Amino acid sequence: MEMESKEHTGVEMTSEDFRAGKYFVFPYSARFRYSWDTGEAVSRFLAELKNGKIIARKCKSCGRTLIPPRMFCERDFVPTDEWVYVKDTGTVKTYSISYLAADASRLREPIVVAVVDIDGASDGMGMLHILKGVSKDQIRIGMRVKAVWKPKAKRRGAITDIDHFEPLRRGEVR
Amino acid sequence: MGAGMTLFRRRLLETGKELSFEAARQALESANLSAKDVRSVVMGTAPEAFDGVHMKGEYLLDGAGGANKPYTRVYVGGGTGVFVPIAAWWHVASGLFDTCLAVSEEKMSPVHPHPQYAFNGIFDYALERPLGVNLVWIFALEMRRYMHKYGITEEEIAQVAVKNKANALDHPCAQLGARITVDDVMKSEPMVWPVKRLDISPPSDGAAAVVLASEEAAKKITKDPVWIDGVGWSIDSTYWTDRELAYPQYLESAAKMAYRMAGIRNARKEVDVVEAYDPFDYKELHHLEGLQLARKGEAARLTTQGVTQRNGEMPVNPSGGLLGVGNPIAAAGTMKVCEIFWQLRGEAGRRQVKRDARTGVAQAWGDLMQFSSVLVARSG
Repeated sequence: MEMESKEHTGVEMTSEDFRAGKYFVFPYSARFRYSWDTGEAVSRFLAELKNGKIIARKCKSCGRTLIPPRMFCERDFVPTDEWVYVKDTGTVKTYSISYLAADASRLREPIVVAVVDIDGASDGMGMLHILKGVSKDQIRIGMRVKAVWKPKAKRRGAITDIDHFEPLRRGEVR
Repeated sequence: MGAGMTLFRRRLLETGKELSFEAARQALESANLSAKDVRSVVMGTAPEAFDGVHMKGEYLLDGAGGANKPYTRVYVGGGTGVFVPIAAWWHVASGLFDTCLAVSEEKMSPVHPHPQYAFNGIFDYALERPLGVNLVWIFALEMRRYMHKYGITEEEIAQVAVKNKANALDHPCAQLGARITVDDVMKSEPMVWPVKRLDISPPSDGAAAVVLASEEAAKKITKDPVWIDGVGWSIDSTYWTDRELAYPQYLESAAKMAYRMAGIRNARKEVDVVEAYDPFDYKELHHLEGLQLARKGEAARLTTQGVTQRNGEMPVNPSGGLLGVGNPIAAAGTMKVCEIFWQLRGEAGRRQVKRDARTGVAQAWGDLMQFSSVLVARSG
């Protein structure tokens, strides 16, 4: 007994027919508004971003310095122990070039997004951010980068207080 | 015992309930069973934001044949489609029920401007959403890392899209069956490089279903059963920026759990046909490695050598996969389980793999690139 195409039901609505209003459709739009608190760990993290610093949590049990910071260690399942400042420099772990905005519309100019492993955090612990000041051809995994902070007056305790990351100049150390 | 599915299309007229009903009806009919033979029902469907319908389990209940029965919805993101038959399996294997109907549905077309936007809610609201994150970012980041770590090229990865879309030409439900070339993939519009238009599966509407029975009950239903011999699933931490994205460790755990149960020692030698989750072409390669069907970084070479072609030594995605048949999230994973069922029964028609297929593996993947479900099936 082979599966026959006539068995597989389904009526396709073509885009043309759909747009031409051939079918009954009911438009609906819900506008919810949310106010998320950011919890203990991320609240402190964001407060430190406002100061121009990146802070992590240390778990003494496994010895990891955790970015993003959390009040518990998901591996050892114990409370983490202390706050430690880490650097605002790091290494590109991976990157991509986005032609899409959040809603899937095309961006006028593509942007580079990257996961940056942060210096001072445990090996391989990073954050998602935007990379600027480097062309598509120059960018590479392993590239050394630094945070470019917004002016102090414009920081508001958000991940975007780091405006973007950009390449460290040759020999530059922070 | 049986399998069924609807067409997969960008937009179908049927509601989610109607699609669920059609897939479930086909699955039951193919097993010569009726709804009264069904002792329990498991339903799978992914984010509610696609439909704008809350409590989707209840919304779909009547179409899935679950009313007045023990009925559960399970949800593990993109991994749902293979997890639904796994949950159905434990309904039966536990001895609680003789039979279980597993139904998966997805209708991604209602949401505007695009289903990708409905995924915005999966990202951390404080650390990721303010950056304008698009769903495809994370897959492009994973693909780039995978290419870097093992020295894989975009062209090598594109071969998967070419293969799967060609396979889908033989699938009666396929949305995007096509004969394309590596060059077509390379020249297709960049979305989030290295992901290009033809590297990615489409949004789709559709449903798929399978029927399970206990060993005892199966004897009365069919002479030609397909046995689920192993199941596995595992999930990594949600802190994805802390992970090594080049290798799916959680899939290795899930696969080893399933293989242990099925008594498989050397998966590469013992598995005859594979439906690996392929929402992107690189994912098929990534998953073959996690499934222990290729060594790390070697899946591309197997593809180049033709090993994974339908007439190859280890056919992968003979259905056409998500890249070719379409990707109605939960239904797409269950479509893979349907395909393994048809392949092991010799009912896959023009898609039937050449080698004598006795052991098949279906796998799905989801959440924040962190979960995998694996099912091992054998012919009777």
